[in-house]
Amino acid sequence: MNRLTIHRVLLWAVLLLFAAWFLTPMYVMVVTSLKDMAQVRDGSLLSLPTDPGLASWAKAWSGACTGTDCRGLQPYFINSLAMAIPAVAISTLIGSLNGYVLSKWKFRGSEFMFALLLFGVFMPMQVVLLPMSQILGWLGIASSLYGLILVHVVAGIPSTTLFFRNYYIGLPDELIKAAMLDGASFWQIFRRIVLPLSTPIMVVTLIWQFTNIWNDFLYGVVFSGADSKPITVGLNNLANTSSSVKEYNVDMAAALIAALPTLFVYIVAGKYFVRGLTAGAVKG
Amino acid sequence: MSAPSALRTPWLPKLVVAPSFIVSFCFIYGLIAWNGYLSLSASRLLPNYEFVGFEQYALLWESERFHVALSNMAIFGSLFIGGAMALGLLLAILLDQKIRAEGVLRTIYLYPMAISFIVTGTAWKWMLNPGLGLEHLMHQWGFESFVFDWLINPDKAIYCVAIAGVWQSAGFVMALFLAALRGIDDSIIKAAQVDGASLPRIYWRIIIPSLRPVFFSTLMVVSHLAIKSLDLVMALTAGGPGFATDLPATFMYAMAFSRGQIGLGAASATVMLAMVAAIVVPYLYSELRVKK
Repeated sequence: MNRLTIHRVLLWAVLLLFAAWFLTPMYVMVVTSLKDMAQVRDGSLLSLPTDPGLASWAKAWSGACTGTDCRGLQPYFINSLAMAIPAVAISTLIGSLNGYVLSKWKFRGSEFMFALLLFGVFMPMQVVLLPMSQILGWLGIASSLYGLILVHVVAGIPSTTLFFRNYYIGLPDELIKAAMLDGASFWQIFRRIVLPLSTPIMVVTLIWQFTNIWNDFLYGVVFSGADSKPITVGLNNLANTSSSVKEYNVDMAAALIAALPTLFVYIVAGKYFVRGLTAGAVKG
Repeated sequence: MSAPSALRTPWLPKLVVAPSFIVSFCFIYGLIAWNGYLSLSASRLLPNYEFVGFEQYALLWESERFHVALSNMAIFGSLFIGGAMALGLLLAILLDQKIRAEGVLRTIYLYPMAISFIVTGTAWKWMLNPGLGLEHLMHQWGFESFVFDWLINPDKAIYCVAIAGVWQSAGFVMALFLAALRGIDDSIIKAAQVDGASLPRIYWRIIIPSLRPVFFSTLMVVSHLAIKSLDLVMALTAGGPGFATDLPATFMYAMAFSRGQIGLGAASATVMLAMVAAIVVPYLYSELRVKK
């Protein structure tokens, strides 16, 4: 019994040590963002602010400068919202339709097409950047939010299709057959039977897409223009601006502002977030 | 289930998926081919479709900067993949010991995965900066001679990228392994315990070997993340000092979008594609074959 207790103590010590390692950067970000620069210089990474204040949050939100633009992160935050909401909604809707067909209305070659589509989940997006920027130019939506939305929708279809298809395969075929005997059509079965059963996978997909699109940097930096940069690009520009005095407190507040929406979703609906992570890697 | 014959409009399902499949296939395979053609062209500042064969690849191979990117890929890749896999597996096994606060700990280990690599990079850049960061902290704690300048040291900066990368991704690996551990049949373990096998022995001989399939899918996911990493480097070091922390992804970005070397950028993107395909295609092939 005694030996067991020592094991438990050791186990807990290791678990807590790692918890501390994972939490430290978050702790450092929060305390730094509450200090002014004098406190940053006098204190240390881990010291609590002697006189906490939200000045650097206010500055990061609406007053920090990147180059000559001193509007803070606010415009980028709004861009990211305006980009993420339609892109998430459209890619999820397309994914659920594709998944419905690929699981319940298989046709000759549909499995093979699904396999071809799956490569899109993993391919390095660097190979599409150059041609895509030319296409967006031809379509007249280069450097605009519309271009970013289009790219995020198209790039998201493989994963959303994968999620819904793997989920719908688990729905009993008898359900569909019975509805067909009753004379229900393709769309009626989708709307009345499949969609009402889709809530869990819908939540998983929405969270997955939102996290990915909100956190994306690559498309944001390549395809955006002066007025359509998303938050990740705004944060990176802000934190990498070489001004005479580096304001780490403002950088940390900005980083937290950029992280808050996805962190909020994670804390509220972590279970679904984890399901999305594992569903993307392990195909049922 | 084969397509039911009772449907009055048997072409409807195909029609529904057709537009998004056509767009997706054009996006994936059409643009891969287009990029491939750009890599064989004389493009520099603007796309130029004059065919020059493998000239860009020859240039790429001669480029010192690309060699730095490739050797960084090897260093970063092995540390990031090895570190995340080892730490993730360890955390999953520890959490599997019927820990009371498991939910809370899991949430803590996994939260970095919910934030952007740009946020991670910004935070670690502040903590590791030689002026007021970790070094300053150690000085205040009395270790006056403590020096930590890895972030601005061309030989060491890539290790900072790997540390931050492991911090971000270890929880992800843990979640995958933990899900697999929960799927293991309890009766095998109980039987082994009845036979008097010790816990470490049960893990080593029974549980870890049974994680093999998950191990491979996790390895695949983590390695393709490693090859695609761009954001973390951009936020943490911006590829610097100089181009000491360039990875293929940042090399491609620099050539294609700031150095006016479109052909070279396209060629390096093709090299990245080949690396990812070498890992992913065999995996997808075996994964889809097993199901049939």
